[in-house]
Amino acid sequence: MPSKAKKASARKTAKAPLRERVMKGVPDDLWVKCTGCSTMLYSKELEQSLKVCQKCGYHLRLSAEERIRLLVDEGSFQERDTDLTTQDPLSFPSYKKDIARYRKQTGCADSMVWGEATIGERAIILGVSEFGFMGGSMGSVMGEKVVRAAEEAAIKRQPLVLVCSGGGARMHEGIISLMQMARTTAAMARLADAKVPYIAIFADPMLAGIAASFAFIADIIIAEPGAIVGFAGPRVVEQAYRIKLPPGSMTAEFHLAHGMVDMVLARREIRPMLVRLMNILR
Amino acid sequence: MNRWLPFEEPLRELEEQIVELERYTAAKGMNRSREIAALRTRQEELTREIFSRLSPWDNVQLARHPERPYALDYVSAVLADFVEIHGDRRFGDDPAVIAGMGLLEERPVVVVGHQKGRDLKERQARNFGSARPEGYRKALRAMKLGEKLGYPVISFVDTPAADSRPESEERGICESIGRNLAEMSTLRTPVLVVIIGEGGSGGAIALALGDWIMMLEHSVYSVIPPESCAVILSAFDRDASRGPEAAAALRLSARQTQELGVVDEVLDEPLGGAHRNPDAMASIIKETLIERLDGLCQLDTEELLQRRYEKFRRIGSFGT
Repeated sequence: MPSKAKKASARKTAKAPLRERVMKGVPDDLWVKCTGCSTMLYSKELEQSLKVCQKCGYHLRLSAEERIRLLVDEGSFQERDTDLTTQDPLSFPSYKKDIARYRKQTGCADSMVWGEATIGERAIILGVSEFGFMGGSMGSVMGEKVVRAAEEAAIKRQPLVLVCSGGGARMHEGIISLMQMARTTAAMARLADAKVPYIAIFADPMLAGIAASFAFIADIIIAEPGAIVGFAGPRVVEQAYRIKLPPGSMTAEFHLAHGMVDMVLARREIRPMLVRLMNILR
Repeated sequence: MNRWLPFEEPLRELEEQIVELERYTAAKGMNRSREIAALRTRQEELTREIFSRLSPWDNVQLARHPERPYALDYVSAVLADFVEIHGDRRFGDDPAVIAGMGLLEERPVVVVGHQKGRDLKERQARNFGSARPEGYRKALRAMKLGEKLGYPVISFVDTPAADSRPESEERGICESIGRNLAEMSTLRTPVLVVIIGEGGSGGAIALALGDWIMMLEHSVYSVIPPESCAVILSAFDRDASRGPEAAAALRLSARQTQELGVVDEVLDEPLGGAHRNPDAMASIIKETLIERLDGLCQLDTEELLQRRYEKFRRIGSFGT
């Protein structure tokens, strides 16, 4: 047995340098490896397929900007509070440095973007999380933007659409991050009192403090295929409880089967569904 | 016999000497009561000294102390009568959460809380205080009963985390926590929260949105267990043994949480922690609850809800 394993791993390591040699001189972003099936995908084709793997249907993650372009009427998005940034309330180790780095990488000031837009010519309030910024984690800024979006939706009586993803409450802001769960959800309760509809779209991954607050109490929940959704991700659960989970645990489909989301829709089908919903939810 | 924590080592040694001396003098028929009394005084001084400079990590250990009073201990000491109710009327009954109604002196109140077990068997039965969806839904049922009858709600928070087993996911652990937050933010009756031990992340806040948030002096309130934080972040070399540093960085102690504006009031614990004198702790809790309820019951419901919303609305740290 051990010799077999050794051979297999030797084969793997022998392959890697070859690929590196072959790929030398090719621009980094020309080929993208599918997270689902590891196929190398031609990035121009991938753009056309909305970053869905044509081989296995895996939905690769989108940036907030890509997501907004996909969902709203062209050119209709007006961003609000672009520069809102965290004040590092705990003076947490290396947090300021991390923020600066992610800011450079994503061009976003934090993990959430919100503003006004139209979908099918219907005015809405839109919030989209940016997974690329510290795993889409929720600190003061995401919390504040979600609250402001909900309050604006209530005042303007326009539907709220939130694209929810991220790893959960952000550790670097400690208890202040945990409190964002309370205040965002309280804002949703007020939006409900104002009788304004709230639609959530779950994109991979959608976990922990984000899942267990404003996300799962939406009026209508649409999830992307294969998205990991839950209080804890499958790997964390397997480690914590020393159990083996069946494949497909804590995915969008798992939650559909258990009545926790309304629909699982391929990326291409989400905007048409929103247009239909906007037409009904007047 | 009390179990001692690592930072209490000098106290444990002193206790051993006192017990030994008591046994020896009793066996020999000697009277050394003055000497023993002096040692007791020294022990108290030492306790005072040690407890005056506890680290956040020391508080984590106190909050998880196996002899720390749990929700039902306080319920039975604080309320004149208490009737526990069971089940969420949807799926089942979660022993990790208690709910019911009772009398705070003359006043009817609804009580909810996390409940840990004392011995191994009970600890397992109560899932170590980790609530499942049906636990949060049972608590919500009790709170809605309080709203209907106009009774204030008192919540005792003490959990390492919510249960995240696949069964809990299947029944909507995320939805149950989110739903509680939404409902508690608009519950039309006063809600008092006392964090009595571990305020563990989402599992804790699902019972901790209210009008007045209190923490016992040595309880903790955190977005993540410090050991897990240390394992995840490179700032702590992804090393669980650096949990004490993570605990300090997270500012999870009662006083620190109050300084951050998250908690309204810290209730002093008896010397050495609540487990050294549960009765004294219970009477402090009782007096405080009565006083705070008297204040909150003066407000009309709209004002109460507006204040509750603004209280959480304020918590954040951002700028441009």
